[in-house]
Amino acid sequence: MKQAWIATAVAGMLWTAVQGHTRGESQDPPAGTAQQGRGAGPQRGTPPPGPGRQGGGQRANFPQQQRAPGDPAVIARGRALYGVRCGACHGADLRGGDQGGPNLLRSQIILTDQHGENIVPVIRDGRQGGVGTMPAFHLPEEDMLAIAEYIHNVMGQAGRQGRPPGSETLPELNILVGDAAAGQRYFEKVCSRCHSPAGNLRGVASRVADARALQDLWVSGGLSGRGGRGGGGGRGDAEPSRIQVTVTAPGSAPVTGRLVRIDDFVVSIQTEDGARRTFRRDGANPKVDINDPLEPHRRLVLELTDRDMHDVTAFLATLK
Amino acid sequence: MKTIKLLLPICLVMPALLLAQGRGVDTAAQLRPPTDSWPTYSGDLTGRRYSPLKNIDKTNIKQLSLAWVSRGFTDGSGPTGRGAAAAGPGGGGGRGGAPQFPLVISGLGTGEFNTGGPAAIRGSILMVDGVLYPTSPDNVWAVDARDGSILWQYYWKTRGGTHTGHRGVGMWKNFLFTEFHDNYLVKLDARTGKEQWRVEISRFDEQYFSSMAPIIIDDHVIVGTGNDLDMPGFLQSYDAETGKRQWILYTVPMNPGDPGLETWPSLDAARHGGAQPWVPGVFDPETRYYIFGTGNPTPAYTPAGRGEGAGLFTCSLVAVNVDTGKMAWYYQTSPRDMHDWDSAQTPILVDAVINGRPRKLVSTAARNGYFFTVDRITGEHIATSKFGTVANWAKGLDDKGRPILNPEKVATIPGAIVPGSATNWPPPAYSPDTGLFYVPENNQLSIAYLIDPDPRGSMGLGGRQASGIGNYGNFVTAIDPKTGRIAWRHQLPGGGGPTGMLTTAGGLLFAGDGAGNLVAFDAANGTPLWNARLGNVTNAPQTYMLDGKQHVLVAAGDQLYAFRLN
Repeated sequence: MKQAWIATAVAGMLWTAVQGHTRGESQDPPAGTAQQGRGAGPQRGTPPPGPGRQGGGQRANFPQQQRAPGDPAVIARGRALYGVRCGACHGADLRGGDQGGPNLLRSQIILTDQHGENIVPVIRDGRQGGVGTMPAFHLPEEDMLAIAEYIHNVMGQAGRQGRPPGSETLPELNILVGDAAAGQRYFEKVCSRCHSPAGNLRGVASRVADARALQDLWVSGGLSGRGGRGGGGGRGDAEPSRIQVTVTAPGSAPVTGRLVRIDDFVVSIQTEDGARRTFRRDGANPKVDINDPLEPHRRLVLELTDRDMHDVTAFLATLK
Repeated sequence: MKTIKLLLPICLVMPALLLAQGRGVDTAAQLRPPTDSWPTYSGDLTGRRYSPLKNIDKTNIKQLSLAWVSRGFTDGSGPTGRGAAAAGPGGGGGRGGAPQFPLVISGLGTGEFNTGGPAAIRGSILMVDGVLYPTSPDNVWAVDARDGSILWQYYWKTRGGTHTGHRGVGMWKNFLFTEFHDNYLVKLDARTGKEQWRVEISRFDEQYFSSMAPIIIDDHVIVGTGNDLDMPGFLQSYDAETGKRQWILYTVPMNPGDPGLETWPSLDAARHGGAQPWVPGVFDPETRYYIFGTGNPTPAYTPAGRGEGAGLFTCSLVAVNVDTGKMAWYYQTSPRDMHDWDSAQTPILVDAVINGRPRKLVSTAARNGYFFTVDRITGEHIATSKFGTVANWAKGLDDKGRPILNPEKVATIPGAIVPGSATNWPPPAYSPDTGLFYVPENNQLSIAYLIDPDPRGSMGLGGRQASGIGNYGNFVTAIDPKTGRIAWRHQLPGGGGPTGMLTTAGGLLFAGDGAGNLVAFDAANGTPLWNARLGNVTNAPQTYMLDGKQHVLVAAGDQLYAFRLN
């Protein structure tokens, strides 16, 4: 059990680092550059909040993102034509519309189109047997090509891992759905053992104005949320660990310091004077006592219901 | 005695002869547990990653020491493979000067998207006839297993696309088969790296990406691929000789009347339903079934377009006849997944006696935190258990042992506390000696937010963001596949997750501990017995006999380490 306790404590400490290095959780992270997802073992955590377009020096994405920018005048014309002719069925954002037209951004016809050779015949002749029936449109060739160019332009703005365009700039949603009074009752019953609205949480909602960041912050015990929306987690490596370790070898005086790292074979700590000391571990020797101030918090979260979480967030949001 | 005297010189000469001939790999060699080679992704076709070698065992493991280290594997970059500038270090060989080995250049790109730098060796490394074949995205090497020196490098100029980890090569006779992320299957001469043929196995413009280590059974080269943009999954078989496609098995319904269509709201939804098989599977020679796992349904987090149905054959174990490409059975391990939890992990063939009856089984530990055993001939359910300690997303099990999704434990606008992946593609192992299935286990919680409540649903992995709120421990976990009962768990104190696993007849279990160590555990109880701190273990360890000594091989990013009893 001791072992379990130690590991969980350290796991929490390293969580921030994990967060910082994680690059998406489908399959495993892109291995595009040395900085990206080169870690061992399974990847975990959250998809990165970064933009979908591959930046300079990184690996280009798919043909839709590699495409040379089209003529802005043609694209503008295509956008207008699309709005008039196509938007009602396929949606203003191309993701499908009320009248049953399919999502064009994941359409094989469009993904495999270069310069309208797939798209133009469908506009001109209509289409049956797909999701529904599309009528034929009698448009000049150049109009159809302009529509195709516009569609390609929108696809080029798609995010990574299949995310639709604009998915990183979505309007913020109100997450404050909880009952602040119920949240206050929960707070007084559970949280007030260590925290107080007049004490260490005074003005927390002013310091962390974004409700989601506030929720991430308090539920994670400070590991998440400081970076604001989508931040996912502060980089813990610059800060000294909050975890305190006391190492007691047989016949020696206990040595206490902040945890630097631990595995089954060594434990390394930084003592008060800034020096780093490393001890070999062999089973229960030396005795290693770990005090992670976040551990009680982490245990609490295991019992936390989503409703209580929303209520407490609503309450904390009143602590301006 | 006389016979022995006669045989002895022959025994001594034989290995040299065989080496000179370069036997390569045939299917028979992959049906036995590996000894003097590692001829396929999992060591053999059972998926067990179990070696019958026992020169290294619990009594002498403390003496395991370095045979050699090979540093500085460098991904090719630019048109020449050696960076934008034609000369200078950093490309191709990158050993502080001009590489001393042949560099074979291929691929349809210009090299502009190959950013070079240190290799990321994360897949299996085949070892055949004294040669190792490590890979990194867009790169394959041949390496002398006796000293770690590079014999040749093959460099693929990519067209781009999502570059995940590369899982390794497959081998047949003296040829290597490998996928590249822009969806080519390439056949190479294992002796020179010279390209024999290449074939496009999925469409780059439909945003597929390919990284699976091909599995070769007789002349069938089995390949899977990946996709995040709501495209249909499929498994294919190519003729090892000619590169012609033999069959394709879609893992979602593609036509009216296809089985499983009733679990989707429409054919269009099914055809955008995902279920990518991107991790190698296993092979049962008696039934001729290749058994593999499929990925998550798409869109991953926003099910509006995929209705209330189970979405077959996403997140399933699937058995396909390797000669015909016809599906024999399936078992869905995560019906209507809402968390992007592929069930694509390599399963393992297990033979066990249950209720006095010998059974042929297949087991898998899924990303959703549940472990499953089914009959590998029929797909009949045998056992389910929950191994992820914080897997709070299911309401219970149905009558076939499948977890039932709790619709409240999915991304919501105000946030829901949900677990992360309990495991992933780094492979598990199984020892017939201990009867235990070993799996890397990770327990984390996040708050999952729905950020795109559009009633049409999002696309791909869109529509959700998650904030990590705590790590609840990383473990090496041993499960009894007959019952799903957890035999033991060893918690890794360093806070990182374990790599894939290797187990041996020496009673050992090898894995990276997520804290920089290669560790040998007692396979019976998880006690750590030996370690070497390499910095960053990046693949599942492997073992083989070479020159009369058992070696343990592991990758650490751009480095290879070989250990033996010196």
